[in-house]
Amino acid sequence: MRTTTLIIGAGQAGLAMSRCLTDRSIDHVVLERGEVANSWKTERWDSLRLLTPNWQSRLPGFGYEGDDPDGYRTMPETIAFLERYAEVVAAPVRTNTRVKSVRQSDDGYQVVTDQGDWQCQAVVLATGACNIATVPALAQAVPAAINTLTAMQYRNPEQIEKGGVLVVGASATGTQIADEIHRSGRPTTLAVGEHVRAPRVYRGRDIEWWMDAAGVLDDRYDEVDDIARARRVPSLQLAGSVERRTIDLNSLTAIGVKLIGRLAHVSLGDGKAQFSGSLRNQCALADLKMNRLLDRIDEWATENGLDDQVEPSHRFEPTEVEASPPLGLDLNSGEIRTIIWATGFRPDYSWLDVPVLDRKGRIRHDGGVVESPGMYLMGIPFLRRRKSSLIDGAGDDARDLSAHLASYLHRAGRS
Amino acid sequence: MATSKKQVDNGVNVEALLGARKALTEAPEGAKFQWRATCKWVYGTHSRSSIHGYFGLGEEHKHKTEFTFEADHPEVFASEDKGAAPVEMVLCGLASCLTAGVAAVAQHREIQLRSVSATLEAGMDIQGILGIDSDVRNGFDGIKVTYKIDADATPDEIKAVVAQSQKRSAVYDIIANPTNITVEVS
Ligand SMILES: Cc1cc2nc3c(=O)[nH]c(=O)nc-3n(C[C@H](O)[C@H](O)[C@H](O)COP(=O)(O)OP(=O)(O)OC[C@H]3O[C@@H](n4cnc5c(N)ncnc54)[C@H](O)[C@@H]3O)c2cc1C
Repeated sequence: MRTTTLIIGAGQAGLAMSRCLTDRSIDHVVLERGEVANSWKTERWDSLRLLTPNWQSRLPGFGYEGDDPDGYRTMPETIAFLERYAEVVAAPVRTNTRVKSVRQSDDGYQVVTDQGDWQCQAVVLATGACNIATVPALAQAVPAAINTLTAMQYRNPEQIEKGGVLVVGASATGTQIADEIHRSGRPTTLAVGEHVRAPRVYRGRDIEWWMDAAGVLDDRYDEVDDIARARRVPSLQLAGSVERRTIDLNSLTAIGVKLIGRLAHVSLGDGKAQFSGSLRNQCALADLKMNRLLDRIDEWATENGLDDQVEPSHRFEPTEVEASPPLGLDLNSGEIRTIIWATGFRPDYSWLDVPVLDRKGRIRHDGGVVESPGMYLMGIPFLRRRKSSLIDGAGDDARDLSAHLASYLHRAGRS
Repeated sequence: MATSKKQVDNGVNVEALLGARKALTEAPEGAKFQWRATCKWVYGTHSRSSIHGYFGLGEEHKHKTEFTFEADHPEVFASEDKGAAPVEMVLCGLASCLTAGVAAVAQHREIQLRSVSATLEAGMDIQGILGIDSDVRNGFDGIKVTYKIDADATPDEIKAVVAQSQKRSAVYDIIANPTNITVEVS
């Protein structure tokens, strides 16, 4: 089979790209191993709501039409939203088509799927940044009696044995899961490494509103100080809820979750877990970083004459850390029954047979333009902008990259 | 933009450090260092350590001179107090590492330092090392570092420099996280 451009993946990134290619009359097909919005359908926990408000999910030619712009979509609502988008833009999606290999060919790329082979001139990798839950190597030393699961396997507290739970990782995923599990009556300890703190609401407006308005989310990859670092920054500690709750380390401490340092070592055999003594500094770093964000927001508000339309500027209580947080836990004592790895996600490129990966397994690219001509990448953190991995970031990236793709096809004289 | 750069001089060659960072990102093998010390027993609890050679950037190096350090224990331990106690030398290592980091981070952030001083306090219950109570650990029960910094920056900027210095400090990591130790007799 032949087409000009293949898009792999029918999440928001692939769908937004499809819409932009249609606008440019570039012939294309979207290959999807499952169904539209597969990741949202199969890889998220039950209670999850988007941490971005409804108004913020703007895709090319599509936005929010309901009467609750400030609410946060549930998973069924998110799935329905993307399904509707696929319909509206008439994306040519081939569902249940798994890509097994992409390799260079004489005039572009050969794409092998479990539903036949394709030949194309350009290929867009929109397979997502979160295909695999990262589990640290020390997990191997965890005693067999402890149940372990990743954030991707986690669905709800009922899935977990009664008893103590250790959640490892305190970004958006880890804090939300710790909150839910502890409230279910399972005493929860949260191991905290590097994290980014942010309030849900600041000066009466959603933090996402501020970051959008002040241009924080539009910061460009070729203008930030250290893009390699910016691409590694963990997700903001935010959650979507009907009550617009802030979930941060202080709110977790207030309901009785115990904070502990980054899990540093588990000794094989005796099941003794050791935690870093760096908790205080991790929290100080996050508080200072949050305050720099709020400073930027305040400056923007003043420059734009908003100061008397919103609540006054203020700062949040510093993160509270107990005087001497424990440094060790005996995993054989029975205190902890379950460990949940909320230690991040990474992409899976095992099917990509084009030499574009660096030594850490990441795709080498310049703002989504991959080294291999005619190959494009979407949906990874800070691909082109701070918002690149968000639903709201897919549109601008797809517009930029589809323009590049069109001129590539034009130059190659093949369109 | 080189033209808009403030004249900040903390004596740290940040350009060289950034250059090394870039070069080592491309050639990570060169980043593998080995640090060494030798130590000779003198008498009693007095010992003398020397530091001279180390390995890094793919080859052997030597410090400009050999540095020696006397260590002993104070008289309350019935020792002769011919040098700092080893635990105190650990505090020196942490203080020096964090302070070097403060200077480097400040330079990188174009913050002029005028003075930096740190005071370190570490509690220890010596029932541990004396074997009186096996529930008491040998080492510190905590370390408190207090910085006094005079610099061209806001209090939060100074706090951020100190926090970043901890984040990048080798000795901080060595103390805060476990390390495998192999001791052999040859
Ligand atoms: C827990 C969690 C919560 C999040 N919450 C928010 C939020 O509140 N707001 C927000 O804006 N963003 C959020 N994100 C970030 C981001 O929006 C999602 O990760 C989103 O799914 C990314 O969209 P995507 O189109 O880039 O990738 P995906 O949605 O992952 O889509 C990739 C598609 O490619 C398919 N695919 C993968 N490999 C193959 C293959 N070999 N062959 C064929 N098809 C393949 C997959 O089945 C999938 O459908 C969240 C992410 C996570 C993990």
